[in-house]
Amino acid sequence: MNTANTNGTAKVRSRGLEVFYGEKQALFGVDLDIRSGEVTALIGPSGCGKSTFLRCINRMNDLVDGAKVNGSLTLDGDDIYHREVDVVQLRAKVGMVFQKPNPFPKSIYDNVAYGPRIHGMAADQAELDEIVMTSLEKAGLLGEVKDRLQESGTGLSGGQQQRLCIARAIAVEPEVILMDEPCSALDPIATAKVEELIDELRDNYTIVIVTHSMQQAARVSQRTAFFHLGKLIEMGDTEQIFTNPQQPLTQGYITGRFG
Amino acid sequence: MTESTQLIRSSDTRTAAQIAASHLKRRHAAERRFKAIGLSAVVVAMTFLGLLLFTILGNGLSAFTQTYVKLDVTLSPELLGIGEQRTAEALATADYGGVIKDAMYKRFPAAQSRAEKREVAGLISSGADMALRKALAANPELIGTTQTFWLVADDTVDMAIKGYTSRQTGQEGNRLSDKQLGWLAELEADGGVTRRFNSILFSSGDSREPELAGLWGSVVGSVFSLLITLAVSFPLGVATAIYLEEFAPKNKWTDLIEVNINNLAAVPSVVFGLLGLAVFLNFLGMPRSAPLVGGLVLALICLPTIIIAGRAALKAVPPSIREAAAGLGASKLQVVTDHVLPLAMPGILTGTILGMAHALGETAPLLMIGMVAFIVDIPASPLDPSAVLPVQVYLWADSPERAFVERTSAAIIVLLIFLAAMNLGAILLRKKFERRW
Repeated sequence: MNTANTNGTAKVRSRGLEVFYGEKQALFGVDLDIRSGEVTALIGPSGCGKSTFLRCINRMNDLVDGAKVNGSLTLDGDDIYHREVDVVQLRAKVGMVFQKPNPFPKSIYDNVAYGPRIHGMAADQAELDEIVMTSLEKAGLLGEVKDRLQESGTGLSGGQQQRLCIARAIAVEPEVILMDEPCSALDPIATAKVEELIDELRDNYTIVIVTHSMQQAARVSQRTAFFHLGKLIEMGDTEQIFTNPQQPLTQGYITGRFG
Repeated sequence: MTESTQLIRSSDTRTAAQIAASHLKRRHAAERRFKAIGLSAVVVAMTFLGLLLFTILGNGLSAFTQTYVKLDVTLSPELLGIGEQRTAEALATADYGGVIKDAMYKRFPAAQSRAEKREVAGLISSGADMALRKALAANPELIGTTQTFWLVADDTVDMAIKGYTSRQTGQEGNRLSDKQLGWLAELEADGGVTRRFNSILFSSGDSREPELAGLWGSVVGSVFSLLITLAVSFPLGVATAIYLEEFAPKNKWTDLIEVNINNLAAVPSVVFGLLGLAVFLNFLGMPRSAPLVGGLVLALICLPTIIIAGRAALKAVPPSIREAAAGLGASKLQVVTDHVLPLAMPGILTGTILGMAHALGETAPLLMIGMVAFIVDIPASPLDPSAVLPVQVYLWADSPERAFVERTSAAIIVLLIFLAAMNLGAILLRKKFERRW
């Protein structure tokens, strides 16, 4: 089924991953490898389990009552769902950007500084300033906000808010960044900026992005996984998935026959 | 003409739009009816509120002034019964009442018989000697001189001056005798009667004499009680709300707890009073009538309100904020203390203040723990026996003297001002800290 998955440099590796929300099974035996230094796009119709899979990687599903995970999911070979894994540490390594921009109702500075503060990453104020500036710079937001760092983050435009959220995520220096439809609430221009940013971040971070837009998947990702009804249908290089899909379901979805 | 007859004839085959149009009239009528009913309900409510305020203000505003009588008092050491002594102790125990009586006899020399003398002296309050004592303590040189004092009039005089009781001589049921009324008229003609701001009402404790009765004791008692209520119910209530909303698993036990908290909010407050009596007084042996116990009982009454308001405020914080913080690696407690709680605080504070305002007005549970006692002293600590404002209203409403009628209303006015101030505080807090996403 997913023949293209057997790669030695997998950053995140799932084998037989199953997720239940109460009685309802959301994921059925997913085997998937996510390589470092690449953008992996997860596509599929609504309710296909792509977001569920994404939220397994930083154990965000722990916040959902009645969620149960079976099978194996590893980050650098370490079991993410091992009993002794500290969720706090895991989430410092695996950052997340959400569907709707959700900056804290605090200043722009505090938004970015919050993560480094709780993880004790900065020894003094100068170091914290440095982290905040670098993160804003990397997120391509510094030029727009450097004069108003003390203003509220919620006062920015939607696209700026989302880039602030990305800056906030990279401030804790994660290895993997999960993005759950990061552009679905943005206009085309803001979307283009975020996509550009994703492309730039690819060199330093492993990025997994869930998207409803096949064009976006084609634009930003190197590898694409297609989910349908909780199953991984096909996984491969983005170009191959979009030009020469092996599975009829994938073919149907990307040509717009359903979805 | 022909068109209209055609329309009537073809009524069976009307189009959908025509049917909708005929319904439209009824729909508009229903809407107008609903609006009219709503508006009249508001008008009725406002009328009753207006009526309430009108009667209370009408009855109570006059209590904020008090009648004073001007009198030339000769402060002779013989009458004071202190001889040559000028010590503070001697001045404190001197017979000021005798001095005042003597001055009154001199003012109205016509009163000769014992009964007449008693009536003359009865025009001045039995507590008027306080003013003299204060003046002499501050300035002992006044002894031996004659000074003009404005002295607190008796409540019967006060009522007559304010027009609540008849000043017509020879009427049935007059509280003042015909002679007293005559003397009063004489005093008034000389400019010897005036109405001043009733500072006694705001500076002294309760008294059997209406003209000497004050609210200060019960205001202090209320403040002590509410401070204890706040100190106990706010941390407990907020901690409970946070635990139930953010940490507790959702299962049938937490459901049961939630149902019971909602039920507790509806339990009659007198039941909490009985609980307080059984636990705080009988079992723990705390002092009776004390604001400490009152505050604890009121805290029990406040708790469900604060918990429910707190949970609602926590629920209103968007989950995206929790996800954002958790996604950065914040622990559950950090998510709550750094993000959720600050955002929920305005709502929690509003709920708390409303709960406290409710507690301020509670009477029944406090009767159960003995806060209904007649207490003259101003409480110095939450352990001293004390009244609270609503209980003071209850006590004064029960008193037979006519002058307590206006004082009851005055106490209600003060209570309402406190309530309005607290509600205003809640509104301002909400306005100041409310944040939108």
